Amino acid sequence: MSADDVTAAFDAEPALVPYVVAGDPSPEATEAYVEALVEGGADVIELGLPFSEPIADGPTIQEAIRRALDAGMTPAKYLDLVRDLDVDVPIVCMTYYNLLLQYGDGNEVESFVRDAAEAGVSGLIIPDLPVEESGELEAACEKHDVALVFIVAPTTTAERVERILERASGFVYVQARMGTTGARTDVSEDTYASLERLPASELPYAVGFGVSEREHARAIVEGGADGVVAGSVFVDRIAEAERVADAADALREKAAELKAGIRDADRNGTAKPETTK
Amino acid sequence: MSSTDDAGKFGDYGGQYVPEVLMPAVEELEDAYERYVLDNEDGFMDDFRARLRDFGGRPTPLGRADNLSARYGVDVYLKREDLLHGGAHKLNNALGQVLLAKYMGKERIIAETGAGQHGTATAMAAAYLDMPCEIYMGRTDINRQRPNVFRMRTHGAEVNPVDVGSGTLKEATNEAMRDWATTVEDTHYVIGSVVGPHPFPTMVRDFQSVISEEARRQSEEQLGRLPEAVIACAGGGSNTMGAFHEFIGDDDVALYAVEAGGSGLGVEEGEEYAPNSASLGTGSVGVLHGAKTKLLQTGEGQIVESHSVSAGLDYAGVGPELANLVDEGRVTPVNVDDDAALAAFHRLSREEGIIPALESSHAVAYLEEYDGDGPVIVNVSGRGDKDLDTVIEESTERDLPEAPDMEVFRS
Ligand SMILES: Cc1ncc(COP(=O)(O)O)c(C=O)c1O
Repeated sequence: MSADDVTAAFDAEPALVPYVVAGDPSPEATEAYVEALVEGGADVIELGLPFSEPIADGPTIQEAIRRALDAGMTPAKYLDLVRDLDVDVPIVCMTYYNLLLQYGDGNEVESFVRDAAEAGVSGLIIPDLPVEESGELEAACEKHDVALVFIVAPTTTAERVERILERASGFVYVQARMGTTGARTDVSEDTYASLERLPASELPYAVGFGVSEREHARAIVEGGADGVVAGSVFVDRIAEAERVADAADALREKAAELKAGIRDADRNGTAKPETTK
Repeated sequence: MSSTDDAGKFGDYGGQYVPEVLMPAVEELEDAYERYVLDNEDGFMDDFRARLRDFGGRPTPLGRADNLSARYGVDVYLKREDLLHGGAHKLNNALGQVLLAKYMGKERIIAETGAGQHGTATAMAAAYLDMPCEIYMGRTDINRQRPNVFRMRTHGAEVNPVDVGSGTLKEATNEAMRDWATTVEDTHYVIGSVVGPHPFPTMVRDFQSVISEEARRQSEEQLGRLPEAVIACAGGGSNTMGAFHEFIGDDDVALYAVEAGGSGLGVEEGEEYAPNSASLGTGSVGVLHGAKTKLLQTGEGQIVESHSVSAGLDYAGVGPELANLVDEGRVTPVNVDDDAALAAFHRLSREEGIIPALESSHAVAYLEEYDGDGPVIVNVSGRGDKDLDTVIEESTERDLPEAPDMEVFRS
């Protein structure tokens, strides 16, 4: 699959983009979880490659990353895991920049992008890489046909949004609220404000940070989003379950619930303002 | 001034590797740094210098260490940052940043701390300038630097314990960055060393450069010449860059950055642990906490837990400018292990009547290996009162000959 397939995953209807950490608690479990999420309705899978200093993540995902690292997850094993996945949705790798830098010899990032593309990764999200520092990675992504997803935050100025849109591919990740990742019980007002001020774009806008319920998914799509990203709500279920099969069931169910929320949405918008595109 | 230029780069090091949510604040800080610090807008730098004098007690003396000079056969001069208010060089930076936050109209201060010296300095500056202040500190550090925790609380700061990982500076920094990502609109994050995204490394260096400005002038006045070498310990590298900055153009002045050799060099693969904090001398290039620099990490890029008997040096990264100065050959990285640092702590206390911080003890310890003709300046970055419990415990464990015998006081 290629960078365009990531964008295409948002075509038919607003997409559900679940996130889990690879290797939490084992590669085999992750395979089962990804399959369950796809059965539940996932259109794109965001698969975390764990880094020891996840500054953009809240407590839930920090702990999942710790579990995955303790269980021995590495970049090489991550790519093996992606190779073994038997699903037909695009896989987007979310990780931090240092792991890319160390993967090859001599601090270049192309080796990782090349091997990731070969293993079946269609896109990358690097939360500690703002557009200012992304030149080298962008070139590598272009060369190997991998999407490079950027985040737009509530604090991002209009001028920065322009700069980000120029360089992003795949989709644009709209951070719904301030702070770090983590499930919340409401949809932030920031979410609507963020969506309203975004210009029309070729790329889909997927909203994340705090999504955990059917209602959230509906409200976000009615607010104009082209997709919904949810992570901590799935990671919580992985942490709670005693057996892999139980967690997989819970993930399938939760994904189906969020997908139903997306489908509940009245896209011609009565509840919330018109769509952004 | 846009962040797309190379202003924040030192060779290939530095940069701004932070989440998008922080980028606007980093740009705002860049702008404020250029206006207030570089251009002295609204007389900011004059205000800062006056406060360093009246509140901080600057200038600090450059004093000859007569007994050490006799011992080594080299004139040894001590730059006495331990005499700065609060007991460490950290106030130079904390006062500068809290004042800058005030000029910027920010309403809240956060900081990370390792040894607690930066947290204490920030809490002092925040109390003095009437700003609410929260400090993130790892649990391990809280336990080994209790007096500083009380000091921060005494100044009215909240101290938020960080329990993840090894509970040291790295984790405290992660947590402070997460707080900032949530509160960035009204909060300034006072980074405690020459680390983090641009403009922090440059700005913190500028606030700390008062050390070398004074030392260079004092050296000319008191010695009639520049020193042969300047020796400073390096954790993140703020006292180091502060002590070096004004000498960088003086090619005849050798600059030694003394890192914590801990209990051994290298990274123990598979263990995700380095029994030292010698990132300049033994680390590899990577990105951590907003900058590209030298790091202690595994071959795969996971940052490892570091170790030093001194909490303030116990950090897996180092300032990008210092990393570049080492690559350029201008700064020589050396290291001193835990035992040598402890011995130096006792030596300076016994021979000169100065109890140095365990961090600064590393710089003092390097005199044992130094083989120039002098004169040399050693930056005593802080005083060691905060370390007495640790030193007594560690000295007893090692049965150090230099340590005073505390046996008679056993109850
Ligand atoms: C007295 C003293 N010296 C040195 C350091 C190390 O920091 P830096 O390398 O930034 O000067 C610390 C840090 O807490 C300190 O308290």
